[in-house]
Amino acid sequence: MQLALWTYEGPPHVGAMRIATAMEGLHYVLHAPQGDTYADLLFTMIERLKKRPPVTYTTFQAKDLGADTAEIFRRAVQSAHDRFQPEAMLVGASCTAELIQDDPGGLAKALDLPIPVVPLELPAYQKKENWGAAETLYRLVRTLTGSQALAPGAERPARASGVRPSCNILGPTALGFRHRDDVREIVGLLETLGIDVLTVAPLGARPADIVSMPGADFNVMLYPEIAETTARWMKKAFGQPFTSNVPLGVGATIDFIEEVAGLAGVDATAVLESMPTRMPWYAKSVDSNYLTGKRVFIFADATHALAAARICRNELGFDVVGLGTFSREYARDVRAAAKEYDVEPLITEDYLEVEAAISEAQPELLLGTQMERHIAKRLGLACAVISAPTHVEDFPARYSPQMGFEGANVIFDTWVHPLMMGLEEHLLGMFREDFEFNDQAAPSHLGSHLKSDPDAARATDADVRGAEADSGGRHAGPATIVWLPEAEQELRKIPFFVRGKARRNTERFATDRGRDAIDIETLYDAKAHFGR
Amino acid sequence: MTLREPATSRCEAHSGPLTVPVAKSDAPPLIRESGQREVFCGLTGIVWLHRKIQDAFFLVVGSRTCAHLLQSAAGVMIFAEPRFATAIIDERDLAGLADANAELDRLVTRLLRYRPDIKMLFLVGSCPSEVIKLDLSRAAARLSQEFAGKVRVLSYSGSGIETTFTQGEDACLASLVPLLPPEAPDSDCSLLVVGALADVVEDQFRRLFEELGIGPVHFLPPRSSTELPSVGPSTRYLLAQPFLSDTARALEERGATRIEGPFPLGVEGTTAWLKACADAFGVAPDRFRSVVAPKIARSRESLDRYRAELSGRSVFFFPDSQLEIPIARFLVREMGMKAVEVGTPYLHRFHMASDMALLPANTQYSEGQDVERQLDRCRAARPDITVCGLGLANPLEVEGLTTKWSIELLFTPIQGYEQASDLAELFARPMVRRTRLAA
Repeated sequence: MQLALWTYEGPPHVGAMRIATAMEGLHYVLHAPQGDTYADLLFTMIERLKKRPPVTYTTFQAKDLGADTAEIFRRAVQSAHDRFQPEAMLVGASCTAELIQDDPGGLAKALDLPIPVVPLELPAYQKKENWGAAETLYRLVRTLTGSQALAPGAERPARASGVRPSCNILGPTALGFRHRDDVREIVGLLETLGIDVLTVAPLGARPADIVSMPGADFNVMLYPEIAETTARWMKKAFGQPFTSNVPLGVGATIDFIEEVAGLAGVDATAVLESMPTRMPWYAKSVDSNYLTGKRVFIFADATHALAAARICRNELGFDVVGLGTFSREYARDVRAAAKEYDVEPLITEDYLEVEAAISEAQPELLLGTQMERHIAKRLGLACAVISAPTHVEDFPARYSPQMGFEGANVIFDTWVHPLMMGLEEHLLGMFREDFEFNDQAAPSHLGSHLKSDPDAARATDADVRGAEADSGGRHAGPATIVWLPEAEQELRKIPFFVRGKARRNTERFATDRGRDAIDIETLYDAKAHFGR
Repeated sequence: MTLREPATSRCEAHSGPLTVPVAKSDAPPLIRESGQREVFCGLTGIVWLHRKIQDAFFLVVGSRTCAHLLQSAAGVMIFAEPRFATAIIDERDLAGLADANAELDRLVTRLLRYRPDIKMLFLVGSCPSEVIKLDLSRAAARLSQEFAGKVRVLSYSGSGIETTFTQGEDACLASLVPLLPPEAPDSDCSLLVVGALADVVEDQFRRLFEELGIGPVHFLPPRSSTELPSVGPSTRYLLAQPFLSDTARALEERGATRIEGPFPLGVEGTTAWLKACADAFGVAPDRFRSVVAPKIARSRESLDRYRAELSGRSVFFFPDSQLEIPIARFLVREMGMKAVEVGTPYLHRFHMASDMALLPANTQYSEGQDVERQLDRCRAARPDITVCGLGLANPLEVEGLTTKWSIELLFTPIQGYEQASDLAELFARPMVRRTRLAA
């Protein structure tokens, strides 16, 4: 058993729903008790989709358990088929139905429907949402295209001369973080390069579009968490190579362009020269000097976390002080990256552990999911959302991709906006005791409401978190060290976003030198020792 | 062995409830359906109960789906440090139930260390815990002993195979009833108002009962788990919510007597609800009139503002909270609306008798749900406003139907005189909005 206050991922059948809802002409019959229909609101309320998810739930009850739940399932499949006339169907069980073992796949097969029916086995007590989405896409693609697989040992025939190169885009789903806009950006980019996009799957695809996918020259793996299983299988079955660069940030977009140009055999020089993004210049402009060395903590799905770390360090000049993910499937990649950035990797789905790590690292900017936005609010940190799980505000009305050149522009704006502007930060440093312009105030362009003091936030946090000390590695200040009043007073003059760090550094400095009281001189000795 | 005494001499039964027209033999038309139900399970009640009882914590013993449901249902509405969590069952727990119990004890210990302010812990059963027959009542007894003097541990089921949406509150309150202390012998008649109400509504009712001279008055659930009201044969209980059949039964087993009446929605409902209570407590009719008359007048006036918008309009209820029938009664009788279909997940004829008696005899009710067929009926009827859950609202708006999310009716103070116009406004707003956007 695992204690969860909030979860980063839903159950695997919600992943399957994200595939079904992204597509047209596909219907999913889910053996599930009453209540599991809540998942519809993720799509109709959070994503504001205009249609109900194409999902029929059997909604069995306790009284049905003694009777024939299998019969309820059979009827649901038949009537969903008759009513919605889908071109293909997914059938499966949610967590409760998995326990009663009605075998949805076998029951659906026995109905002998005139359409392809894909049985899904999604172990709800082991796996989670992204795995469920990846598995569903793979099963669906395999069922619909399996008959076209190359014979063992056979080679994929070369593209005929004069035919434009083509690819599929794999991974965008319903309820994905900016998938809708990323697809538009990347399709546009590929078109500029002279590459046709045959099928985008699952977002917007019909089963017939899936059937045509083996015709493309290669696959673009846009979101590895969802697409990798399918991309690997298609490489084996059809000899289609797939991309490994995810075009998040300017550097990764350039890598991506070079990779697809190589796979498609096209010349990317013109596109790379035009470089239609303002981000590199904005980051270089003197106005951005104040961004140098901003301390950033990153926690997201693996793809977005890895990309964010690269953008932060190489494209914005930030310091990465924390890197983690809830995507256990990609833990190895994140661990490797964390080593490169010289931070401890945080691989967990325990929200409390994430909160403790952030509180400990005292970042100036938090890049995370909706959960981290909540943590940032509690700790009074600047924050931007970079990954699912999403909330209604992550589906903005405007065009707002994360990928490609426009995505880089959006990222620059969204990550820099929550931070204090350069000159404002200086003024704060100079006149700390101004009664209305002080470090309890939020950045002036974000309204003038009071910001919580991270020192205070940490104290309340520590009360609550007493029991977590063992797992969370929470900092407990050396009990013997005393802050003399004038040093404490001086510490208050340091801007709030570095005050916690300064306090800790000074304490460590004092401990290392065997001092048992901190006066003003110790504070400045420590400052000279550690730098900012 | 003596039979239970009838109402004691200290607490005489007065003339009894307001006369309720007896349901006629020709029962109103009712559609009974089974099929896909587009409603939440009983776990959802935690979203408001954990705010109501401020020193209680709700630990769902369930799957990742349960955790995701709570977070999604709550996430649309609130996002604060919750007093609920999920103990997510994994495959190791399925392999051995003995271990599952040990695991549960470990998590509860960790949780109670993390939240030392908690005085009452509800272990909430879910579909998976029911199916694997994890006995949470035994776990609660075991843990209660372990944390004796610090935390009381209770259990109830909020599972979707057992409960629909608001039935979770019923199960929760019913689990509290055995803990209520017995009333002192020869107690005076006391009033127990049952069902979670917004604090502001509770305070208004408290003042009204005081003005009427009715008391002592207690509310269930209490705001703090340490303020449990006593119960016994001198207790008269008044349901403030229409979905509390198990709680009512449990209270009656403790000797309490129900005061029958419609539910306190709208001016008429609130007056009849209070009148039933006043009669049971022998309040003189003059006193009753003088207390409620100014409130009635003010409340009626506040409703006038919305009557032009609502009068003559049709309303269609998908089943959701079991508040559908009393709200339909308010909209039809006080706002002049027409009810096309009044759906309810369960029809509790006995508790609903007073409200149904006030609705036109030909009102079309439906119980249970086959959502696709009900959608067909709704589209055919094209009502002016459709009351439905969050999964259906936006898709119906796209089809040109104006909707009202039913969950808002549970998250907004709507009971009593001062809230009658707020209830009307909840229905007027989507229509006004549609008109504004069309202009």
